[in-house]
Amino acid sequence: MGLEQQLEQMEIPVLTTTVEKVVNWARKSAIWPCTFGLACCAIEMMSMSASRYDVARFGAEVFRASPRQSDLMIVAGRLSRKMAPVLRRIYDQMPEPKYVISMGACASVGGVFDNYAIVQGVDQVVPVDVFVPGCPPRPESLIYGIVQLQKKISESKL
Amino acid sequence: MSTPFTTPPLAGHLPAGSFEVEPSLDGMPAITVGAEHLVEVSRALHDDPALRFAVLVDITAADHFPREPRYDVVYHLVAPENRLRLRMRVHADGATPTIPTVSGIWQSANWGEREVIDMFGILFEGHPDPARILMPDDWEGHPLRKDYPVQVKLPVRTYEPLQLTEEEFAENLHADRELRQRR
Repeated sequence: MGLEQQLEQMEIPVLTTTVEKVVNWARKSAIWPCTFGLACCAIEMMSMSASRYDVARFGAEVFRASPRQSDLMIVAGRLSRKMAPVLRRIYDQMPEPKYVISMGACASVGGVFDNYAIVQGVDQVVPVDVFVPGCPPRPESLIYGIVQLQKKISESKL
Repeated sequence: MSTPFTTPPLAGHLPAGSFEVEPSLDGMPAITVGAEHLVEVSRALHDDPALRFAVLVDITAADHFPREPRYDVVYHLVAPENRLRLRMRVHADGATPTIPTVSGIWQSANWGEREVIDMFGILFEGHPDPARILMPDDWEGHPLRKDYPVQVKLPVRTYEPLQLTEEEFAENLHADRELRQRR
């Protein structure tokens, strides 16, 4: 008889799982974003964290100002060429495991600004896990992006 | 809701012959000033009690490429006490167009002129800190000129060069090692 069934018989409230599942569950249930709002998408990110669309119920309890204390960087807005080294530096300062969501059209592909000043997609600077399209994406869209990231984390191998 | 702009009483208060009233599409009072008269006209606009244009709202430039003179530097002024507005236009031309700075008269001209230097390449003689302000410091070219391309495909620079000299870096390293040994 398996361990779980034995425990059930004895009515001990214990469940068995794998280390991977537990670690992934812990990582995805408490993703704390780092504030990296660059432009207009930051307003939608703020409204996502406010009371109506409340992202705290998905685990993103606090938006940490310091990259050292955060797991997720939401690049919200246009990244200009002058700002690219700064973005890279903040990304490098985040401890592993870290994830990046590219929010909005400008962060994903340069948006409407195909010119000398704007980087055409932040994936030229940092590795991106989830792209959220929109101009700006609705807060529900961004929450969907975070949920997709949670799914990605739960499927990842240690 | 629009009130007509009051025409500022320029004729008696500015040096004669230094400016020319020009027609404007939006009704704002506008004058054209030659580069050689710019500083004395600005000083008069700022100091004269009937005018007192204390606020320089914006400095910008326009590139009219095939036209000679090629650039127009445009200043927008506001007199809060007398409730007046004025647009002042200065022509600039040549391979390195240069006009005198007004940053001694209006402090907000400092960054406004830096923006024009960066975007158009028009130089301002006497400017205390003529560095680029919008583009990265080592950028080549002036983006808002008519002959500058809109799309520029360049690889992104993800790391800034180290801003210490070799000696400073080595010094810091040694100081750190000493601190650790003392502990």
